[in-house]
Amino acid sequence: MSLVSAFFAIIRRDLILAFRRRAEIANPIFFFIIVVTLFPLGVGANPKLLQAMAPGIIWVSALLAVMLSLDSLFRSDFDDGSLEQMLLSSHPLTVLVFAKIIAHWMVTGLPLLVVAPLLAIFLGLPEQALGTLLLTLVLATPVLSLIGSIGVSLTVGLRRGGMIISLLVLPLYIPVLIFASNAVEMAGNGLAVDAQINILIAIFFMSAVLAPLPAAAALKMSVN
Amino acid sequence: MDSSFSDSRSFEATNLSCIRDDRILFEGLNFKLNNHQVLLLEGKNGCGKTSLLRIICGFREQDEGEMFWCDTALKESEYYSEMAYVGHLDGVKQELTVLENLKMSLALSRPGDYSIEQVLDKVHLAGYDDSLVQSLSAGQKRRLSLARLLITKNSLWILDEPFTSIDKQGIKLIESLMHEHVSNGGMIILTSHHDLVLHEADVQKIDLSACH
Repeated sequence: MSLVSAFFAIIRRDLILAFRRRAEIANPIFFFIIVVTLFPLGVGANPKLLQAMAPGIIWVSALLAVMLSLDSLFRSDFDDGSLEQMLLSSHPLTVLVFAKIIAHWMVTGLPLLVVAPLLAIFLGLPEQALGTLLLTLVLATPVLSLIGSIGVSLTVGLRRGGMIISLLVLPLYIPVLIFASNAVEMAGNGLAVDAQINILIAIFFMSAVLAPLPAAAALKMSVN
Repeated sequence: MDSSFSDSRSFEATNLSCIRDDRILFEGLNFKLNNHQVLLLEGKNGCGKTSLLRIICGFREQDEGEMFWCDTALKESEYYSEMAYVGHLDGVKQELTVLENLKMSLALSRPGDYSIEQVLDKVHLAGYDDSLVQSLSAGQKRRLSLARLLITKNSLWILDEPFTSIDKQGIKLIESLMHEHVSNGGMIILTSHHDLVLHEADVQKIDLSACH
């Protein structure tokens, strides 16, 4: 079959699998909600303080929530041999990996988009910053999945890759964190955020084009 | 399946060797497989049968030697659209139904001469279309992963212990499928501890224990 139908077949398959393993999928989103709600309990319910910290809290939690879910990206395919079959396909692995990343974003990044604005209001983020928060999430959560795919494909062959993933991936997430949370903060103060958004767009396109290549190469090494 | 593989195909390996943890598993291995031929790899546990199959699949890099598909180097040839592999891992998803699994295999490869219903009938899984794979027995899962060989179009089958967890009836069934594939011009490379009964087929045997 053609490459396009293989691409969509993989996305479809991963979405069906996600739907049938609902508990696993719900984990990161619950983690996100819990971490954000713990902050007011920890630092005190001072509205000024929470409002100032809101962009950072939301972005750090989103980052950690996505990182928690990364292992599921290739783990089950690696364990049951589906990954071997993908490697043997006559289609380029890079494209198949890209399809898997898109499916991963749809089940982890997309729910964050829905929940984050609610939690932002709960933390007292100014209304004028909500649009920017959504925009940064739209642009940057796919980047988290894309960059994360490199880390998981390197560690999927290891039995206990959890700690190493965070060491590999978190430093690469830092630019996203800086620009995204800064944009939300500036928008809250009524300032222009074009520069930050443009940089996030650039990061998005760069990782969309470049991340699947090393991820596919690393998967080939992991399977050996 | 009358004219499936009328073009001549060949798989050739020259001077292959594999070293694992400073131990030579095999070296200077040569073989050539043409249409209608079967290659049976024998040898005691740990002598490198699975490693050789994984090298042939391209999962592992050989330490020495070269492989050719129709006289072209493997990586530049049509090899990957002509082969199918069933290894120790079934390569099927537990949470998907039998039908969804087979459709996925089809999407990754070229459709063969049989429809999904015909194939399920052939591997005695008819009626299981909508069952989740996790509810199948080990032998049924094995037969499902072998069904993948039939729904996709491929001239070379690479099988690692295909008879694991399969009952006597199932073994006969697989042997007849293998026989049909070979008589249609297909090729098979396999490892097996089970004594293979393939009448009239041209079976080459390599004993890897003797390849040091």
